[in-house]
Amino acid sequence: MATVDQTSQPFMPGEPVAEANGGEGVRRRDFINVAAVSFAGVGAVAAVAPLLIQFSPSDDVLALSSTEVDISKIQPGQGIKTVWRKQPVFIRNLTPQDIAAANQVDVGSLRDPQTLADRTKPGKQNWLVTLGVCTHLGCVPLGIGEGEAKGEYGGYFCPCHGSHYDTAGRIRKGPAPLNLVVPEYSFASDTVVQIG
Amino acid sequence: MSFAWAKPYEPKSTFMKYLDERLPLPRLVYGAIGGGYPVPRNLNYFWNFGVLAGLALMIQIITGIVLAMHYYSYAGGAFDSVERIMRDVNAGWVLRYVHQNGASFFFAVVYIHIFRGLYYGSYKAPREMVWMLGLVIYLLMMATAFMGYVLPWGQMSYWGAQVITGFFSAIPLIGEPLRIFLLGGYAPDQAALTRFFSLHYLLPFVIAGVTILKIWSLHIPGSSNPTGVDVKNERDTLPFHPFYTAKDGFGIGVALIVFSIFVFFLPYSLGHPDNYIEANPLVTPAHIVPEWYFWPFYAILRAFTVDFILPAKLWGVIAMFASILLLFFLTALDRSPIRSTSYRPVYKIFFWILVADIMVLGYAGQAHITPLTLAMSQLAAAYYFAHFLIILPLVSKFEKPLPLPNSISESVLHGEKQESAPFGLAKTGGTTAAVPAPAE
Repeated sequence: MATVDQTSQPFMPGEPVAEANGGEGVRRRDFINVAAVSFAGVGAVAAVAPLLIQFSPSDDVLALSSTEVDISKIQPGQGIKTVWRKQPVFIRNLTPQDIAAANQVDVGSLRDPQTLADRTKPGKQNWLVTLGVCTHLGCVPLGIGEGEAKGEYGGYFCPCHGSHYDTAGRIRKGPAPLNLVVPEYSFASDTVVQIG
Repeated sequence: MSFAWAKPYEPKSTFMKYLDERLPLPRLVYGAIGGGYPVPRNLNYFWNFGVLAGLALMIQIITGIVLAMHYYSYAGGAFDSVERIMRDVNAGWVLRYVHQNGASFFFAVVYIHIFRGLYYGSYKAPREMVWMLGLVIYLLMMATAFMGYVLPWGQMSYWGAQVITGFFSAIPLIGEPLRIFLLGGYAPDQAALTRFFSLHYLLPFVIAGVTILKIWSLHIPGSSNPTGVDVKNERDTLPFHPFYTAKDGFGIGVALIVFSIFVFFLPYSLGHPDNYIEANPLVTPAHIVPEWYFWPFYAILRAFTVDFILPAKLWGVIAMFASILLLFFLTALDRSPIRSTSYRPVYKIFFWILVADIMVLGYAGQAHITPLTLAMSQLAAAYYFAHFLIILPLVSKFEKPLPLPNSISESVLHGEKQESAPFGLAKTGGTTAAVPAPAE
């Protein structure tokens, strides 16, 4: 089987082709093999890319990234729930008592240490803008609507797993790890907040 | 394993040995597309198209699953959701172009595959079941393609649905109630769209299932080959891997290049602009034609214009379905024991006439109806049936075939000069071509 006359007998599969070259070392065929399979592999990866990137938010979803809210009608002690990126946002007009309560707390004792000033805009300390998404597992906390439970610290209370937030939206008690997230926002005017 | 000399699977590593003893998947793969599957050594590039059809099915299933993540089958929003896929969804445009042109790619590949089978007699014993399962796949493909075409809910989608479901209304007595039952309404609407979407998602998996049966059935006798002569011994075959994995790999590369040209440079060349107008039940597009892969059948459908015992409409529908169902009886119609048309001088002529005839039907199927195109489709449709019902049985009875090679390996090795021609047919004198013997 080692030597076959190609003109009279067909090539038999399984014959060690390399024998003719002396056997050892890298053969041309090995190189061609690796080159061909690598080339196909790169192509396959390129082909998979669109199948994966289609999962990321599409252009029309990203276009929801900014919203403007009129806050002129919100009286001290009141709050509204609005929507940004399909998520609830709480905008609350804090009373002087709320602000005082928030500032009395020793920041060092908090789970996620932040002052009220860190979480509001300078000169607009009465406007607390946070996502209405509990940092535990994403439920919407109570406390923004009239008559809802505000929790033991007068801020927000998440009914899912019992997290209590204070008047600055900071986590005080319960399983949530972080304060309610303050989204990127700015005051377009005294009465209009632009979120995002 | 099809032949006695097929190599049994021998695990190379302890892990594969462990796996093979508990789940013989490596053994299955090795015996189906690995070194354990002996394949005739003389297959030409036409034998690539089975693998290419499998590739096309995979492309359609994968892109289809992803598109279904963004498409909604709501009559009031389906059209917009497709536009959203094109404009807003990341890479949505390429996914849709691949899926849309992928359907054409699938049909093109399958048509070449079918004509390969017709030319080389792949439908003959012992591969009748392979052929028939292939026809089942083809029918499923047609249903899937039709329902998929309805989903974008453009004008051609809508009126395509209206016309195709109208076929059923040709059936006497139960026709119209059946059509209403299938549509879930008096005209295509939400109910039809939702069920078409559901079935369009289901049927490709049925196709995949039938494909597995088909490959299972094929691997009993093994692939046919260009000479049509049976494999006699180990010299006639090569292991599938690496010989045919390499050849198929090359074929896939070439096919994907051609496919990419359509996807990236000619994405609309096979579609109709009218489908970018949202479905309107009150206005039919002026010139309504199906996708190119249905043109020959559309020509047969339209060829019947005169009531003869049955209404013309029913004749058209019967003829159209018969033109495909006929192929299930091909083994009975063609009694010639010679598989490869290369050795059938008379049938060869009629084979190419049939190819031309189907091209004419295709042209007539997309043309505006004029007396000329109508006559063309009538003649060509008549010839189509005559080919299978009259010419094919007669030719196979009276034809004197050319001498067949004794074996595949003899055919392969009859000399360099003749290698491009079937054994015994080369014009120039060869070394061993002189004394071919007839097949058993």
